[in-house]
Amino acid sequence: MHDKTVAELSSALASGQVSSVELTQHFLDRIRQDDSRYNAFITVTEEAALKDARAADERRQQGDVTPWTGIPFAHKDLFCTNGVRTTCGSKMLENFVPPYDATVTSKLREAGAVCLGKTNMDEFAMGSSTESSYFGATTNPWGERRVPGGSSGGSAAAVAARLVPAATATDTGGSIRQPAALCGITGLKPTYGRISRYGMVAFASSLDQAGTMTRTAQDSAMMLNVMAGHDPKDSTSIDRAVPDYTAELDQPLKGLRIGLPREYFTAQLSAAMEQTVRNAIAEYEKLGATVQEISLPHANLAIAAYYVIAPAECSANLSRFDGARYGYRCDNPKDLLDMYTRTRAEGFGSEVKRRILVGTYALSAGYYDAYYLKAQKVRRLIQQDFIEAFGQVDIIMSPTSPSPAFVQGEKTNDPVTMYLEDIFTISTNLAGLPAMSVPAGMMDGLPVGLQMIGDYFSEARLLNAAHQFQQVTDWHQMTPAR
Amino acid sequence: MQWDVVIGLEIHVQLATKTKIFSGSSTAYGAEPNTQASAVDLAMPGTLPVPNEQAFRYAVMFGLAVNAEIARRSVFERKNYFYPDLPKGYQTTQLERPIVGPGHVDIELADGSQKRVRIHHAHLEEDAGKSLHEDFHGMTGIDLNRAGTPLIEVVTEPDMRSSEEAVAFARKLHGLVTSLGICDGNMSEGSLRFDVNVSVRPKGQEALGTRTETKNLNSFRFMEQAIHQEVERQIDILEDGGTILQETRLYNGDTNVSRSMRSKEEANDYRYFPCPDLLPVDIDEAFIEDARSRLPELPDARKQRFMEQYGLNDYDAALLSNEAKLSAFFEDTVRHGKDAKLAANWIQGEFSARLNAEDKQVAESPISTEQLGGLVIRIADQTISSAGAKKVFEALWSGEAGSADEVIEAKGLKQVSDTGELEKLVDQVLAEMPEQIAQYQEADEKKRKKLMGGFMGPLMKASKGQGNPKLFNEILQRKLGG
Repeated sequence: MHDKTVAELSSALASGQVSSVELTQHFLDRIRQDDSRYNAFITVTEEAALKDARAADERRQQGDVTPWTGIPFAHKDLFCTNGVRTTCGSKMLENFVPPYDATVTSKLREAGAVCLGKTNMDEFAMGSSTESSYFGATTNPWGERRVPGGSSGGSAAAVAARLVPAATATDTGGSIRQPAALCGITGLKPTYGRISRYGMVAFASSLDQAGTMTRTAQDSAMMLNVMAGHDPKDSTSIDRAVPDYTAELDQPLKGLRIGLPREYFTAQLSAAMEQTVRNAIAEYEKLGATVQEISLPHANLAIAAYYVIAPAECSANLSRFDGARYGYRCDNPKDLLDMYTRTRAEGFGSEVKRRILVGTYALSAGYYDAYYLKAQKVRRLIQQDFIEAFGQVDIIMSPTSPSPAFVQGEKTNDPVTMYLEDIFTISTNLAGLPAMSVPAGMMDGLPVGLQMIGDYFSEARLLNAAHQFQQVTDWHQMTPAR
Repeated sequence: MQWDVVIGLEIHVQLATKTKIFSGSSTAYGAEPNTQASAVDLAMPGTLPVPNEQAFRYAVMFGLAVNAEIARRSVFERKNYFYPDLPKGYQTTQLERPIVGPGHVDIELADGSQKRVRIHHAHLEEDAGKSLHEDFHGMTGIDLNRAGTPLIEVVTEPDMRSSEEAVAFARKLHGLVTSLGICDGNMSEGSLRFDVNVSVRPKGQEALGTRTETKNLNSFRFMEQAIHQEVERQIDILEDGGTILQETRLYNGDTNVSRSMRSKEEANDYRYFPCPDLLPVDIDEAFIEDARSRLPELPDARKQRFMEQYGLNDYDAALLSNEAKLSAFFEDTVRHGKDAKLAANWIQGEFSARLNAEDKQVAESPISTEQLGGLVIRIADQTISSAGAKKVFEALWSGEAGSADEVIEAKGLKQVSDTGELEKLVDQVLAEMPEQIAQYQEADEKKRKKLMGGFMGPLMKASKGQGNPKLFNEILQRKLGG
């Protein structure tokens, strides 16, 4: 049962082949048996899940059904869940129980989906390996000492290990696509503003975007159908009709124009990675797509711009964690300054502190123009590059990450090497574009992801392309050995 | 040495919206602490600001009222600093692109002249909460009811040259925002807060001296005292050969002492940057025209009308037109009492004095416009003398009776205007004052006027205060040989 996709489980529930309670119990059992190996979950909400599953079964009896009614899934632990602690992978929020739901949380709840728990992540979504979590690192189901990528490594590992059929995630610089690639699953980061950010603990507000972690493009489309939409509680969410993202999955790809940025296929890319990705692209050509080289002239500036803008925003976004109202507070503060400094020194991990410091520096008087303002200019140039590229092609393709899953501990002492993990993914966040990672091959027994970047609001087109690819390949069906 | 005083003001105007600028919480004053603080106001993780349209409307109305440019696009920024009553760790405000651009306000000075004070800009922002340092032993209480209350901060050019001018401007601004209905004007509750920038320079010198900022002056009297004191302090220092330190000072109205709060060196680097949770605010012509159509009659126009409609002089018209509530009280009194000049005198005299003495607002007046109008009628038709009128006013103020006529009846205050009766009294009194008569008849014109008073006293006494003084005067002049 756990090898089935969401679409298959939805049919099984509809036909009465299985009940939501049975399904939920099955996945809860798997989590209990296997998660000690992966540490994909921070919190498992067994009791609430079974209650929700019973409610879902009752709803089904009454004919009140959506494709998600009774489907188990998990939330990345930065979506606020009313009554269930939301830690963001941090000591700072170890015991934080929000009295409200994120909009994404309530949408999935209303659709009848059954949340089994909260998945592990890099602290405050800052990282590319899920090693900076206060609750310990998550391990990639594909390799004992391998990282699952990050920051949504818990969601990716949980889906890859068949502990849940789907999970929510967020992507600020690659945090959905890179772990999806490293864990061999399908990850979608929609257009900025497509999904409400309300109730998502913020890292970098102008870059954060919620998305999906599933095994197939079809499941991703089903999940986006529930999550997308304008939210009056988020002024940056976009008021635009939500199409049925499953409607165009079966469209043929004949005439699809694929662009390969020359700046991404350089000598620095390993030959093996390049070959794996080009093989995948060859499949698209067989499906009727045409391939051409394009240029994103400012691509080499993306990481630098990102590591000014994201830390700048995070330095302000994380100021609220001051020990005054909720979350961690140091013991026996002797005065206000002591409370602030010790609470934050003790409550945040080193990567979070590093970024707060970088951001604070970049916004400081005398440095603002040289860093923040310049980074914003670069951001506009990068956006312009993409707009021009999408005048020539429909989808831009590249590797999702420079290499498959690396060994735990390998990059933790060198932040810049870690930052380079996101070299192919970051610029789409700066531009606000939708992008996916789909399983597209294997290297040394580890999955490789193909990144597909689309024009604004072209999620349906991306999902169509991914789905068609998955009809002719079976990389998405590979299962890590237990 | 002769010194010039230069004053500029920064005014925080709390907007009278029902809900906060970025959340749906009530802004009502005086509720139990923290009962009007939602998850957004508490800066709970993941919550987002949603702008309140009414706050923008009020800001635009203010801009139109001070003849200012309205920015078609304004931008919210984050002003970063840590303080327990600032839940997010930053204040959402405007810096580079405020909603209201340069404008001006004309003020009337005591000598009858007019002066133009330029407005540099006005921007929208959120108020902070309150720190309560009393009642908590060794701790500070935080009340976030006020956090997120919309403010416009109005910044003037340094155009004022004395405390009188500054107070005249402050009063004018108070009248303006209350007339607009965008602020309740209650200074003791902090609805309108003044910060004063003061510097001095040798007479004739062009360059401005170093300024200090004195914060949070919550009454016009404190403002006047604080400026006086600061000017003297600065002159003393300069005349002793010292230099003025650019600093922020805190004035204590109860002790009439100010002290340094922080110097320029200690000032925060606020690290402003555009708020990524809020889109730039675009205001179109239709919104501005709608705001314009909501503008009520403003003090300047009202003053002009009072002069034309009621024949008031410039001074009276200015005083009665500034505050909308007082203006309405005046006009209603005239409606009941007909004689505008008398109504104006009574409202500016006895009525205002009593309100001030009892620290009451116009709305709290125990005397109604109908009652005061009734009094004005009886003064005008000479039913009562001015001494009698004062007694009637007292009785009405203390609630002894329902109308002027009731008081006049009950207290027998009706003047005797029967000339036959009055002549009899004059004859009786004069019969006992031969010496004074002789003195009067020998005196010159100027002296006679003075001596006349000597007869009036005994006459009023003989008539038990009810004789019409005007008629007594006429009879006397005739009898004594004018």
